[in-house]
Amino acid sequence: MGLFIAQLLTGLANAATLFLVASGLSLIFGVTRIVNFAHGSFYMLGAFVGYSLMQVLPGAIGFWASVLLTGLVVGLIGVIVEVLVLRPVYKAPELFQLVATFGVILVIQDLALMIWGAEDLLGPRAPGLKGVVRIMDEPVPLYDLALIAITPFVLFALWYLISRTRIGVLVRAATQDREMVAALGVNQSWLFTGVFFLGAGLAGLGGAIQLPKGGADLLMDFNILAAIFVVVVIGGMGSLPGAYIAAVLISVLNVFGVSYLPQSTLVLMYIVMAIVLTVRPYGLLGREEVVGEHGQVGEPERPIKPAGTKARVMVAVMLMALLALPLADSHFLVILTTDIIIFCLFAASLHFLLGLGGLVSFGHAAYFGGGAYAAGLLVVHVNAPMELAFVLAPLGAGLAAFIIGWLCLRLTGVYFAMLTLALAQLLWSLVFQWDEFTGGDDGLVDIWPAAWLSEANSYFYFTVIVGVGGILLLRHVAHSPFGYALRASRDSQRQAEATGINTKRIQWMAFTMAGALAGVAGALFVFSKGSVFPNELEITKSFDGLIVVFLGGVKTLSGGVVGAASLELVKDYLTRIEYWRLALGLLIIVVVVLAPNGIVGSLRKAWERLRGTPADEPSTTAPVALTSASAGTQESER
Amino acid sequence: MNSAESAVLKVEGLSKSFGGIHAVSDVNFELARGELLALIGPNGAGKTTCFNMLMGQLRPSSGNVYLNGEKITGQKPRRIWRKGVGRTFQITGTYQSMTVIENIQMALISHHRRLFSLRPYATRLYREEAMQLLELVGMSEQAERACAILAYGDLKRLELAIALCHEPTLLLMDEPTAGMAPSERIALMQLTADIVQERNISVLFTEHDMDVVFAHAHRLMVLNRGELIANGTVEEIRNDAVVQEVYLGGGSLFAAGDTHA
Amino acid sequence: MMKRKNTRVALAAAVGLTVTALLGTAGSALAADAIKIGEINHYKRMAAFAEPYKNGIELALSEINEAGGVIGQPLEFIYRDDQGKPGEAIKIAEELVNREGVAMITGSILSNVGLALSSFAAEKKVIYLAAEPLADGLVWEKGNDYTFRLRSSTYMQASMLAEEAAKSDAVRYATIAPNYAYGKDAVAAFKKALLALKPDVEFVTEQWPGVFKIDAGAEVQALERAKPDAIYNVTFGSDVAKFVREGTTRGLFDGREVYGLLTGEPEYLEPLADEAPEGWTVTGFPWYDFEEGANKTFVDAYQAKFEESPKLGSLVGYMTAQSIAAAISRAESVDTEKLRQAFLGLEVDTPVGRITYREQDHQSTMGAFVGKTTVRDGEGVMVDWSYRDGANYLPSDEEVARLRPASQ
Repeated sequence: MGLFIAQLLTGLANAATLFLVASGLSLIFGVTRIVNFAHGSFYMLGAFVGYSLMQVLPGAIGFWASVLLTGLVVGLIGVIVEVLVLRPVYKAPELFQLVATFGVILVIQDLALMIWGAEDLLGPRAPGLKGVVRIMDEPVPLYDLALIAITPFVLFALWYLISRTRIGVLVRAATQDREMVAALGVNQSWLFTGVFFLGAGLAGLGGAIQLPKGGADLLMDFNILAAIFVVVVIGGMGSLPGAYIAAVLISVLNVFGVSYLPQSTLVLMYIVMAIVLTVRPYGLLGREEVVGEHGQVGEPERPIKPAGTKARVMVAVMLMALLALPLADSHFLVILTTDIIIFCLFAASLHFLLGLGGLVSFGHAAYFGGGAYAAGLLVVHVNAPMELAFVLAPLGAGLAAFIIGWLCLRLTGVYFAMLTLALAQLLWSLVFQWDEFTGGDDGLVDIWPAAWLSEANSYFYFTVIVGVGGILLLRHVAHSPFGYALRASRDSQRQAEATGINTKRIQWMAFTMAGALAGVAGALFVFSKGSVFPNELEITKSFDGLIVVFLGGVKTLSGGVVGAASLELVKDYLTRIEYWRLALGLLIIVVVVLAPNGIVGSLRKAWERLRGTPADEPSTTAPVALTSASAGTQESER
Repeated sequence: MNSAESAVLKVEGLSKSFGGIHAVSDVNFELARGELLALIGPNGAGKTTCFNMLMGQLRPSSGNVYLNGEKITGQKPRRIWRKGVGRTFQITGTYQSMTVIENIQMALISHHRRLFSLRPYATRLYREEAMQLLELVGMSEQAERACAILAYGDLKRLELAIALCHEPTLLLMDEPTAGMAPSERIALMQLTADIVQERNISVLFTEHDMDVVFAHAHRLMVLNRGELIANGTVEEIRNDAVVQEVYLGGGSLFAAGDTHA
Repeated sequence: MMKRKNTRVALAAAVGLTVTALLGTAGSALAADAIKIGEINHYKRMAAFAEPYKNGIELALSEINEAGGVIGQPLEFIYRDDQGKPGEAIKIAEELVNREGVAMITGSILSNVGLALSSFAAEKKVIYLAAEPLADGLVWEKGNDYTFRLRSSTYMQASMLAEEAAKSDAVRYATIAPNYAYGKDAVAAFKKALLALKPDVEFVTEQWPGVFKIDAGAEVQALERAKPDAIYNVTFGSDVAKFVREGTTRGLFDGREVYGLLTGEPEYLEPLADEAPEGWTVTGFPWYDFEEGANKTFVDAYQAKFEESPKLGSLVGYMTAQSIAAAISRAESVDTEKLRQAFLGLEVDTPVGRITYREQDHQSTMGAFVGKTTVRDGEGVMVDWSYRDGANYLPSDEEVARLRPASQ
C-alpha cells in the first residue's frame, strides 16, 4: 500500500512538467491553430535559461525567482518567434506554419549548442527541498511534493485567467470561433502574440521546474515533443483541464508500467492515446471539430489539367537528362540523385494524401519504413530474392496503410493526424523492440540488390524507372476519376456524400495507395543503402516528408516532388558546414516567409504577376464562399 | 391531392430532438409526382433539420420516410441519392478546386459508378452530357471557369445542374434562391419549374421569399417550432388564421417578403 | 502594406546574408598530396561525445604530420555529419569514397550507424574502422573482412564488471539499461559472464527505460521493490544523471553494490560533479590520476592543445588516428587490399599500451579502466582503478569462430 501511494505520488510529480509544457501547446493550438513543433525547443530553452539564472541567483528565493524569470524570458523568445516567423505566414494554407516552426527548431538547436556547449548540464537542486519525507515508510522526495502542490495551482491560475478575465474571454472566443473575434474588432495579431507569450512561457516554466530532477541537454526538445502531443490529444486539443488529466494519466500509468511491465515504456502512451481516441475521438475533454476547419483553408486549389504537349516534352527531356546522368562521370552525383528520387517518391505519396486528399498524415514514415522493413525482413529471414522482396514490399506497406487507414479515417482534422502519428509510433516501437525478428535498433543489414543491379549506375536506372514511374503514376491518378473523387471528398464532403460518393472509402483507398507507393520508396531505399534501421519509421522521418510537401506547395500538383528535391539538394550542401542546422533553419524560415504558398505555388503567383493579372484570380471571392461554407456546416449540424 | 400509392415521398411522424429540445415533431405529409411543394416557416422552425432527415444527413428520433413506397429512413445520403433523390443546399457545397464543368462531370462519374476508375482522365468523361446540363441552366459559357470564382447566383444554378445529373424523381431544394438578387430568384425558380415540369420531377423546397413561393408552389406547408401547422393551397394558407398569427407575431412574412439576406 | 512588405524583404535579406556567411565557412582546403580519411560522425546529434573525439584525432594528426606524415605524405581527415542517421551515413560514405577519394572510412558512435557502415564497407570493399560503436555484432555475427573495431566492446567491458561482481557476496541482482540494442547486449553479456563465474546469482528484475527518456523516480521505486543486493547500471548521459540523483535521494544505493558500465567515463561522471555516486564499480577513464608514461604524455598534450580535460572519446579519437597511421605505414600503401592485410594483427603503441587488431575477429585488444567512483574536491572521480587489457576478456578462439560466420 505504501509503495502504491509512493508510486502514485511519483506519477503526479512527473505530471507537473508534462502538464506545464503541454498546456502551453494546447493554448497555442486552441487559439492560433498552429501545430507548434518548436514547443519542445521552448521547453529546452527553459531548462538552459533556468540553469544559467540559477547559477547567478542564490538561495531558495533565487531558485524560485529563476523559475519565474525563465518563464518570462522564454515567453519573450516565443513572442520574437511569433512576430518574426509566424506572423508573416498566418494567411498561408493551414498547417504551413508547422514548416516555419520546424525551421525554428533547427535554429534553436544550434544556438543552444553555441551558447551552452555540448555537454549535458546537471540541474541545480532546489534549496531546502533536497531531502525526502517518509510516507508510510516509503521515501518521497520533498521536491516531488512541491511539484504536486504547484501544478494544480498553475492549473487554477490558468483557469482563472481564461474564465475570469477579459483576455481569457477573448482567448476562449478565439478558440471557438476565430472569425467572430475578428468581427468583434479585437486586434487578432496581438491576441496571437499574447497567447504565444503565455504558451512559450509555460513551456519555459516546465523546462526550469524539472531542473532539480534532471538537467538541460540538447536532445530535450525532440525527447518531449511526442509526449506533449500525446497529452494534448488525449486531453482534447485546446482544453487545459483535459491536458492536466491526460498528463496525470500518462505519468501515473507510466510509473506503474515501469514497475510491472518494464518493456512497455516505449509504447505505453501511444497505446493509451489510441484507446482514448477510439473511444472518444476528440480526446477526453475536447470538443468536436467543425468540419471544414481543417480541410483546405485559405485560397482553394486551382483546377488541375493534364499536362499539355509542351509540358510532356519538357518532362521527357528532363527524364532523358536524368538518364544521361551516369555519363557525367560523377559516381557520387548518381548516388545523390538516387537518394533524391527515392525521397521524392516518398514525398509525392504523402502529397497525394495531403494535397489531393486533404488528409494530413503525421505518420507517413510508417509506410516508407514499412516497405523497407518488409523487403529487408524477406531478404534476411527467408532469403528472398531482391525481385520478390521488391514486389512484396509495397504490398506489405499497403496492408499496413489499409489497416491504419481504416482505424484513423473515423477521425478528422488534427485528431486524424495525431492518430496516424500514434499508430506509426506503435509500429516503430514494435520494430524497435522485437529484436529477434527485426533486429531492433541494430536494424537489418546486408540487404544489397541482386547482381544485375549491384552497380551503382544500374541501380540508378532502376530507381529512375521505378521511382519516376511511381511519381508519374500518382500524377496520373490525380487526373483520373478516382483522383477527382478524392478531391471532391476533400472540397466538400457533404456534397460528395449527397451525390453518391462514399467519401470514407475513397479516402481509405487513397490512404492505402499512398502507403503502398511509400512502400515502393522504402524498398528502393533499403536496397540502395544495404540496411534499414528503425529511424526510417520514426516521427522525424514523417516530419521530413511533411516539411517538403508544405515547402514545395501543398496546393500544387508538383509541390511534393519539387520540395523534396530542393530540400535534399540544399541539405546535401549545407550539412558540410559546422552550424548547418542554423543555416538550414534560417533558410527554411526565409523560404516560408517569402513563399507562403510553397515554392511552386509562390513561383506560379510570381510568374502570373509578371505576365499581368491572371484570368482567374479567386482571391477576392474565395473568403466569402468559405465563410458561408463553414456556416453551412454548422447549419447542417443542427 | 393524390392517394398514397402514387406518392413519391411520404413522411410519417417524423421527429427529431437534440438533447430534449424538439426541433421537429410529428411531421406528416405526402408529395405527389410532378408536384412542387413548398415548406415555409420562420427562422429556426426546423426546415433544414427536416430536409436533413429526408436526405439522410440526420437520423430521425422517430418516424419514417418512404420514397416511392420504399422505406429510406436513416439511410445514408449517398444511398438515397442513388435511389433518385437530388438535393441542393442552403449554402452551396460545390467543389471549389474544380471547374464548373468538372463539378458536373464529377456527379456524372458517380452516377455511372466510375469513382474508382483510374482511366481515362476525368475531364474526358461525360463531357457532352455535362455540357447539356450546363446549357439547360444557362451556364455553358462558364464551363471552364474555376468554381471558386463564380458569382453566388451562378453557384446556385450549378448546384441545380448537379442535382439533375442522375435524372432524379425527387428534388429537395433547401432555400434554392437564398443570397440571390430578387430578379435572379424569379428567374432561377422559373427555370426550376420549367425543368421539373418537363421531366415530371417532384420538388420539395423551402423558401423565404413569398413571391417565389406563391408564384411557383402547387401547395404549401407551414412549419413552426418543429410542428406542421398548415398544409394546403396558396389560397388556403393565405387565409389560415393560425398561420396569420404565427407570422403576425414575429412580423408578417407575407408583408416583409424576404428577411433572410 | 508597402512598409510591411519592405520589412519582410529586409528580414529575409538579413537572414540570407547570414546563411551566405555561414556557407563561407564550408569546405576546407586540403593539401593536394595528402592521404585522406573519411570520418563520419554524429557531430551535432551527439556533440558532447563527438567533439572530444574529434579533438583526439586532431591531436594525433598534428603529431603524426609534424613527424613527417605517413609513407611520406601528410594525413588528413575529412569530417562529415550524418545527423545520426544510418542512411545518411551511407550516402556520405559513398561520397567520401567516390568523390573525395578517401583511403578508408572511420567514425560513428552509435552502433546502428556503425553496423550500416560495416555492411557498406563489405559490399563496396572499403576499409571501415569502427572506433566508438560498442555492439558485439560488429565483429562477431555481423562481422566482415573489411570492418575493424578499436574500442573494447560491450561484451569485454561487461565481463570486466562481472569479474568484479563475482567477488562480492551479492546474489540478488537488478539491472537497469536503456531500451535498445546496446542496453540489451550489455545486460545479456553481464548476465552470461556473471552466471559463468557465480552460478547461484539470481536476477530479480530488469528495468528498461527508453533511451534519454528515463522516468527516474519510477525506475528507482521499481528497483527498490525488487530488493536486490546489487544493481547493474547501463544507463548513460542524461539518464544516468537523473537515475543517480533520484536513487541517491531515495536511498536506493544505500548498502548495495552498484556496477556501472561506462559510468566512470568523464563524459558521464563530470556533469554529476559533487553528486557523483560513491563506491560504484565502473569502467571509465581516470585521466586525472595518471602520473607518468604514455597516458600522462597524452593527457598533457591534450590539455596543452585544447585547454580542456580529455574525455574517453578524446582517447579513442587519438587512438583511431594512430591506428590508421600505423596501418598505412605497415601497408606502405593506401590500396584497400594491402590496408586490409596490414590491419590483420596490426600492433599499435597507444597511450594505454600496445594494442593488437586480432586476426580472428578484427577486434582490437584495447582494454578499459576499472575502478570505484567517489567525490574528490567536488568532482566525481574514479579511485582504486586499474587498466584491464582487453585481450583477457574476449571469448576463446573457438567460440569466436563460432560467433563469426564471416570467417568460416
